[in-house]
Amino acid sequence: MLRSKVIFRFTYITTSIILNTCFLLFFLIVLSTKSTAREIVVKPGTQYSTIKKALEEAENGDIIRVLKSTYIVEDLTIDKSISLIGVDFPVLDGRHKSNILIVNAPKVTISGFIIRNSGFSNIKDKAGIRVEKADTIQILNNRLENTCFGIYLAKTSTGTIKGNTIIGTSTAIQSGNGIHLWYSHHINIINNKVSGQRDGIYFEFATYCEVSHNLCENNYRYGLHFMFSNNDNYTANIFRNNGSGVAVMYTKHIRMTGNTFDQNWGSSSYGLLLKDISKSHISNSTFSKNTSGIYMEGSNELMIINNNFFNNGLAVRMLANCEKDTFMLNNFRGNTFDFTTNGSENNNFLKGNYWDKYTGYDLNRDKIGDVPFRPVSLYSQIIERLPSAVFLLRSFMSELLDRAERALPSMSYVNLYDSEPSMQIIRP
Amino acid sequence: MNKIIKYVLHDIFRNRILLAYVILLLLSSLGLFMMNEDVTKGLSSLLTVLLIVIPLVSILFTTIYFFNSYEFIELLVAQPLKRSTILLGVYTGVGISLLTAFLLGIGLPVVIFDGTVTGWYFILSGSLLTLIFVSLAFLASVITRDKTRGIGISMMLWFYFTLVYDGILLMVMFAFSDYPLEKVTIFLSCLNPVDLARILVLLKMDISALMGYTGAVFNQFFGSLFGISLAVSVMLLWIAIPILIALRIFKTKNL
Repeated sequence: MLRSKVIFRFTYITTSIILNTCFLLFFLIVLSTKSTAREIVVKPGTQYSTIKKALEEAENGDIIRVLKSTYIVEDLTIDKSISLIGVDFPVLDGRHKSNILIVNAPKVTISGFIIRNSGFSNIKDKAGIRVEKADTIQILNNRLENTCFGIYLAKTSTGTIKGNTIIGTSTAIQSGNGIHLWYSHHINIINNKVSGQRDGIYFEFATYCEVSHNLCENNYRYGLHFMFSNNDNYTANIFRNNGSGVAVMYTKHIRMTGNTFDQNWGSSSYGLLLKDISKSHISNSTFSKNTSGIYMEGSNELMIINNNFFNNGLAVRMLANCEKDTFMLNNFRGNTFDFTTNGSENNNFLKGNYWDKYTGYDLNRDKIGDVPFRPVSLYSQIIERLPSAVFLLRSFMSELLDRAERALPSMSYVNLYDSEPSMQIIRP
Repeated sequence: MNKIIKYVLHDIFRNRILLAYVILLLLSSLGLFMMNEDVTKGLSSLLTVLLIVIPLVSILFTTIYFFNSYEFIELLVAQPLKRSTILLGVYTGVGISLLTAFLLGIGLPVVIFDGTVTGWYFILSGSLLTLIFVSLAFLASVITRDKTRGIGISMMLWFYFTLVYDGILLMVMFAFSDYPLEKVTIFLSCLNPVDLARILVLLKMDISALMGYTGAVFNQFFGSLFGISLAVSVMLLWIAIPILIALRIFKTKNL
């Protein structure tokens, strides 16, 4: 009995000691690994005069701090999980040779650099920061100047691209895309500014991404361009004065809310070009001063709600192959044409929008017009058939034709109307 | 000549009709600007007034004024004065008064509410249109002796320039729609001062829509400084030519 008690106590003590030491060891191991996360400082004239040397010494989890200076860098490959942090914005100059930084490892952070002068090639895409087959990437607060492609992500997942400023080469031929994603997913692109590139933000097969609060302006082609990129969210971005506006193609399940499409002028320029888009949502966005606010082709089951269309040449151009699209609670003001289409059949739904060209009445004062509004004007149909008739826009005759048609619709073959037009501007 | 201008101005300003015209213009422009939240929309509605009401009032007022002061003109002809001085004097008087009415009634509100480049083009084309239609009215009044006939011709001219010409043009465009018509339309637009005035304003206002369509060629031409100055000079010709023809007829006319 007593013996067994002693044995029991003994085992109890030993186990507790073992446990304690285990815990201590574990703690020590944790501490020691922490302490091995070294910081390497790169500074010209010291032991680590180049980033390359620091990278050779570094191990996973290390931080490399780069002090302010100009470093000549060409195809610098980061193949370890490190943080590369610029202090006071050091310059990485690629001297127009090749890529500047290449990331091949997961968990890499790059922040606080000025990265400039990447190479240009017709065959390979040369980039300021090129990330391939990596995950958990963070690219923060960098400034990229004169790079062919700015930030290039291929087959990468879970990353953040935040607060970068990308200023392109400003030459149409040598421009790549500002932020380029290819076969990537779960990337957050926040607060970046892209200008002077070919496309501001380019997505191909990029899914589940979050694009918000970016500013894309003065790019040669599109502010935002994506294809085959499903399930992405675009929130509160500004796309201004880009060569052809924003183009989205062959995609479904996207949400675009609170974006601004502004001043995309030109003979083939659009605020938002939708081609083969389906089951998507566009809301609370502002389309102003574009040649075409939205141009839709083969786009089905879209919800276009609570947007503002101001002062566009054409607010919406919807080709006849669009089906089951809904336009609700939008404001159409000061557009030369609110709606144009090229077909006579219509399978889309308009309700409760505000049209400044509406001349109907509201007898029961419920703020809903009693007469349906036909946004496709007769004169726009004439222009459809005879483009040079745009010359007589706003003439007494064209107004007369439109008025006569609105009073007694007889020639309009387009079966598109808003059954309950709002009498007052819709405020969100 | 200055005396004639002075007398005409005095005569017209004493007349209530001009005041009514100013008030009409002022009411329509203020109303349109205040009714619309958006200034651009106010301006675009006012464009209809500019293209229809101003030519109509200018041409009618001038014709009626000419025939009403026919006796006065006859009296002047009896004086040792050159006929061209008489006609130009009356023209300048009527022109100044209608121009003042336009600038007060529409020019001032446009500057106050809009004040952009579009607004200035608007005022420029309105002023030119006023003078052009005063000039056309003189031509219409000089070629007949009968007041009703003169008014009839004026109305026909107004109708032709605001509506019929554009209708014919549209038909022609439909008929020849297989051919590139852009350059032809630039030429054809010069044959109608109302179209020229419209284009001057339009290119500032609806520029985005025009670029989207085949209007690119058009825009390139009238959007350039050369195009604008050409349009303005053609409009100046539209002032000069009718009044010069009227002068020739008036010189040899048996009053």
